This record gives sequence, structure tokens and C-alpha cells, in this order.
Amino acid sequence: MTTQPVKFYQTGTFTVGNRLLDESQRSVQANMERTNSLNSGHRACQGCGEALGARYAIDAAMRAAGNQLVAANATGCLEVFSTPYPETSWQVPWIHSLFGNAAAVASGIAAANRVKGRKGVQVIAQGGDGGTTDIGFGCLSGMFERNDDVLYICYDNEAYMNTGVQRSSATPPAARTATTPAVGKRPGNVAGTGKNLPLIAMAHGIPYVATASVANLHDLEAKVTRAMGISGARYIHIHVPCPLGWGSAPADTIKVARMAVESGLFPLIEAEHGEVVDRAKIRHRVPVDEYLKLQRRFAHLFRPERDTERLAMIQAVADRNIARFGLM
Amino acid sequence: MLKQIEGSAAVAESIALCRPEVVCAYPITPQTHIVEGLGEMVKDGRLSPCEFINVESEFGALSVAIGSSAAGARTYTATSSQGLLFMAEAVYNAAGLGLPIVMTVGNRAIGAPINIWNDHSDSMSMRDAGWIQLYAETNQEAADLHIQAFRLAEELSCPVMVCMDGFILTHAYERVDIPTQEQVDTYLPRFEPRQVLDPAEPVSIGAMVGPEAFMEVRYLAHYKQLRALERIPQLADEFKAGFGRDSGGLIRSYRFEDAETIIVALGSLNGTVKDVVDEMRDAGVKIGCVSIVSFRPFPLAPLRAALERAKRVVVLEKSLAVGLGGIVSDGVRKSLSGIVLKGYTVIAGLGGRAITRSSLRQLFERAGRDELEAVTFLDLRTELVDRELERERHARRTGPTAEALLRDIGTVASRID
Repeated sequence: MTTQPVKFYQTGTFTVGNRLLDESQRSVQANMERTNSLNSGHRACQGCGEALGARYAIDAAMRAAGNQLVAANATGCLEVFSTPYPETSWQVPWIHSLFGNAAAVASGIAAANRVKGRKGVQVIAQGGDGGTTDIGFGCLSGMFERNDDVLYICYDNEAYMNTGVQRSSATPPAARTATTPAVGKRPGNVAGTGKNLPLIAMAHGIPYVATASVANLHDLEAKVTRAMGISGARYIHIHVPCPLGWGSAPADTIKVARMAVESGLFPLIEAEHGEVVDRAKIRHRVPVDEYLKLQRRFAHLFRPERDTERLAMIQAVADRNIARFGLM
Repeated sequence: MLKQIEGSAAVAESIALCRPEVVCAYPITPQTHIVEGLGEMVKDGRLSPCEFINVESEFGALSVAIGSSAAGARTYTATSSQGLLFMAEAVYNAAGLGLPIVMTVGNRAIGAPINIWNDHSDSMSMRDAGWIQLYAETNQEAADLHIQAFRLAEELSCPVMVCMDGFILTHAYERVDIPTQEQVDTYLPRFEPRQVLDPAEPVSIGAMVGPEAFMEVRYLAHYKQLRALERIPQLADEFKAGFGRDSGGLIRSYRFEDAETIIVALGSLNGTVKDVVDEMRDAGVKIGCVSIVSFRPFPLAPLRAALERAKRVVVLEKSLAVGLGGIVSDGVRKSLSGIVLKGYTVIAGLGGRAITRSSLRQLFERAGRDELEAVTFLDLRTELVDRELERERHARRTGPTAEALLRDIGTVASRID
């Protein structure tokens, strides 16, 4: 990830102001060249992190591939809100087959491209955390170990949002979902469960693994661009807040995503062939409380009284990430 | 070229002649030799250009096939039994998307109890998935049907399953005439997909369809199969003209013109049935048989024409609709709507139970005397069943049924009488 020293922050937010950056480093939200691969008019909720992440990721991929891109999509919010027949938001050739097979479908497309001699046509698979870490995990792992020429992007909103906010193996500890309700002695998701897919992807030894956040779109675009320049299996895991499922304000999507990064709960890293090669340093560390308080799914950690034990446990997760990946 | 060759190897050679561009493989007995054969041909360069992909499951196999077919590559895979069930979701999906994938099913029973031997439970379970299903009687036909299958699939943009009996065909060595590349190239044109994932013309495939058009999409799948009813005999005729032999078609009838008793069956069983028909004809019995080659689409009209003058029809089935009886019988009876004749369902050969000539002869003779019940289980070992039922009457915790039955039989569990 390319960085440059930046001396000024926007007041109060600690984001890097786009206009403070060098021209070449800026994220461009609208211009004539932008492909708008995921076009406006889709049915995503207000403040949807996934729609934002997908728009930037696929546009960056399109730029990198010279518009020679094919996308496979798992069943989920992204698929449902983007293709209410006969309308489609996709300006790229796009296929949705099943919930659990996006990686395999993409492998098939890549194989067809090879055999047909379509040089330069690149393949992306995308899915939510359910379609990636749970039901699609077998196909994803198969695609990784074969080192198929596919970039898989997971939009992680930490639960099955499309079916009504049920727990996935990416749901964080203590989070309230429809299947880990905020009732009983220890409300919300059980601690000590779940899986870390970026690390699992790295364990496959694939050429490139990265995490990204919609709080840092320029970093996200840079990682997608980087991934598109590498052949073989690649994986990018993007943290995308879901206002509906998380109980956060639609206007706070970027803020919530940023708090996840700045608290250390969602480290931004890059890895090559199983080794971490870069990480985004936290500029302004915040306690996990700051992140959790913005979301009703964690409200039971603060009311009726502070759940000091579990808040400490979540803080320990963040601390461990910071130490493990050298985020400070 | 005539070869003395294993069924799976013959099918592999036949598939290779069809120039598949992507072959997905996941091992399951008894289908494995086919993809092993293709894998070798890809690896040593005889089959090129072709991508051979070792996947992590049958679900992955058909999912890769969905991707490659949607990207415009001629695509093949094979499976059996549990594998077909494991990919079931993708089986329906491939048909719903209208992707002309060809898949061999090396027919095998479904567990539990786990059983690797032949019956038709696997492909029958997917009969309504929207795939065309063709059943091969011999290895020659299995090899030939695959060539016709690619032609049919690509013409209609509909996936085709070629079903061949596990072991009985897949592992049997017999004489097969392997066609030349020129013959196959003449018969099978280049694949021109109806839909393709192409950056030059972006389309969205697999969008969500609500009540406003779902019925119509499903109807069009049905309509495709009705079109296949017309095309399958024409393609078989064309095949005969190009390759010089009868293979495929909707049904095949044998000594049925004046038959009072007609046997209906699918697949390799027809060989044994024909032998018994010949024996009984020699003894003056008016008996004949009909082999159903195309089970989907189901050939209602040709079956009716073949069966309507008979006095009785015996449907021999290698699968069981538990709680009902036969699966094939339902279609056969539908074909005879309004015609009064006796119909018998015979469940035979489940899990590889041998279907012998002597058993069939006795069965057909009893049928001729109208002594059969509506549903008969051929060579069912009633003493084993009775003993287990007796145990269950006397004790609550009788343990796993399959193990109890095997203990009763002794160690030679798979003995063929």
C-alpha cells in the first residue's frame, strides 16, 4: 500500500482529507470515465456499506482490467438489491448461480477464458460473509488451493443480513443477531467462536490477501488495483457496515467503519504468499467502546449496566490485533 | 474403429472426440474411470485445448461447469449417486440457467446404507430438475449418446444427463466402435452459446425473477423438453446416417407387434430382458419389450403407440418411490390414459441385486398368468425382512437395521445368487 506523510486532518474526524492528497492519490467519486459498474437505481438500504464497497471495488477492478472484467456473485444482499428482474445495476457481464458456489463459478469462467484464449479478461467473484465464510467456504478453499486466476471479494457485514440478520461465522462476540438474541445471562453472540477468513486465505499461501474498509476508499481501490495486477487466486475482505443489521445510523456508515479500523478490531493488512507485507497504521486510536456504542447490536454491553467483562474481552481482541499486526 | 474396451474408457474417448473445452472432475465410484481417462488425455495433450479441473466436491464440479458453460466453453462433468445428490442444488441451477452442460451419471444406489452398486435411484431423484435424461443400454450406446447429447444440449441450450449403469456398463469390457474425429466433427458443430459472459456485451445472468415471470421461465424449460421430443428421434436418424448404427431415440421396441405382454425397462437391463423375451418367444409366448431411452422428456406418445395393443405391461424399475412403488410406472400409466390393460410395477436390482434370466423368466410367466401384485419386489429375501420385523416387535432398541440384516446373512454380504 502506498502512503505519503499527511500533516493535516479534517477537523474532528481524523480522516485524511481527499483534497489534501496529491492528485494521483485521490479517490474520484464521479467523472466521465468512471464505469459505474454497479449503477445507481439499485435497491440497497440507505447507508449500505456493501453497495459502497462493491461500487468502488468493481470500478477499480474495471479500471485495472481495461473494462475486460466478468463477475460472479453469490446469493445475498448484493445479488438481490442489484438485480430485481428485469432491471440490473451491473454494467459488467455478471452471473449469479447459487449461494455457496460463487468461487467455483468464477473458476469455471476463468477456465473458459483460458481455453478460449481470451487474454486480459479477468474474473471476480464476490459474496457476503455468509456466502464466503460459511456456505461458500468449500468452493472458496478449492479455488484458493488450485490457485485459480480469480479475485474473490468478500463484503463482510458480519451476519446474514439478506435473510434477516442471523449469525454467521463472521459475527463478532456479543453481537445481537436474530439467532444470537440479546436475551439471557450473556446476551448476543458467544465469544470465542467464528473464523478469520483473511488468515485462513493466507494459510492457503495464495499470492495476495488484503483487508479493506469502506472507511478508506482510496486504500480499498489501491488494494483492488494491486490485486488485479497479480495472477492466481487473490482475496480481499472488505468491512462493510450494515445500518439495518448493526443498528447504526445510515449516515454513520463511514464513521462506524472507521472506528472498527481505528479501534484495532478490523486491521487493514496486505499479505503475499501467506506473509503479511503491509498494514495501515492506526493514526488515532480509539477504545472499542467508541465503535460498539454506535451500534444497537451491542447495546446490551452498556445497558442496563456496563458489561465490563465482555467489553474488556473485546478490547483485548483489539489490543491483540494491534500487537499482532503492528498497527500502532 | 472397433475396440475391446471398458465402458468408461469408451465414453472418455467419445467425449474427447466431442472436443470439450472444460472438464470438471471429482471422484466417485463408479464414474471415476471416465474422468481419469479424460484427465490423462488432457495431460498428455491428446485433448487440446481443454482445461481439466480437479475440484473439491461434486457441488464444486457442477458449479465450475456452470461458470465455464456460461462463459461459452463446451463443458463436461460426470458423477454418481451421493455425488449427484451433493450437487443437487447446482443440477437445478444449471437447468434453470439453460446451460448446455453434458454430464454422465454412472448410475449407483443412494445410501444409507452406503452401497456402491448399480440402480437408478440417483438419476431418478433428479428427473424433474430440467435436464434431459438419456439411458444407455450398451456401452456402444453410452459412447454414442454422449455425441448426440452435446448436439442436443447446445441446440436447445439445455443440460443433458447421459445415464449408464454403474459397473454393469462403466466397468464392463465389450466391443465398442469408436467413431472418427471427422465423423464427430461433421455431426457436432461448433458450440454457439445463446448467452455468454462477454465484456464486449455485458449481460446479467441469473437475476432474481418474481411471480411476474417465474411461471413463464419454467414453462419455457418444459417447452424445451417438448422440443427435444421432436429432436431426439431426428438426431438419432442423423446419427445413423453418419455413423451407420442405431443409437438413441426416444424408445426402442423389440418383438412387440403382436405381444400380449410387454416389458418396459431402462438401461442395460434391456439386454437381459431381450434374452428372456427370445426364450419365451421360442416357447410360443407372445411377449415383447420396450426400452425407454429418453426418460426426460418422457415419450408419452411413442410409448402409447407401442403398448396400446398389449394385454398387460410390466414396468421393471431399478428405483423405488418409497411409499408409492414405481417412478417409471407413473409415466407409463400416463401414456396409456384411457386404455384398459393390466399394469404391473416390479422393483428390481436395487443396490446391485443381480437381475437374473431365471428370475425374469419366472416373473414374466407369472405376469402372463396375471398373478403379479400391483407392486412386486423381484427376488426380495422375505425371510430377512420377516426376521427384522420380528425383532422390532419384541424389542425397542434393535439397533441399526442394515447391520442387523447383515448379521443374519453372515459374512458374504454381497453374494450374488
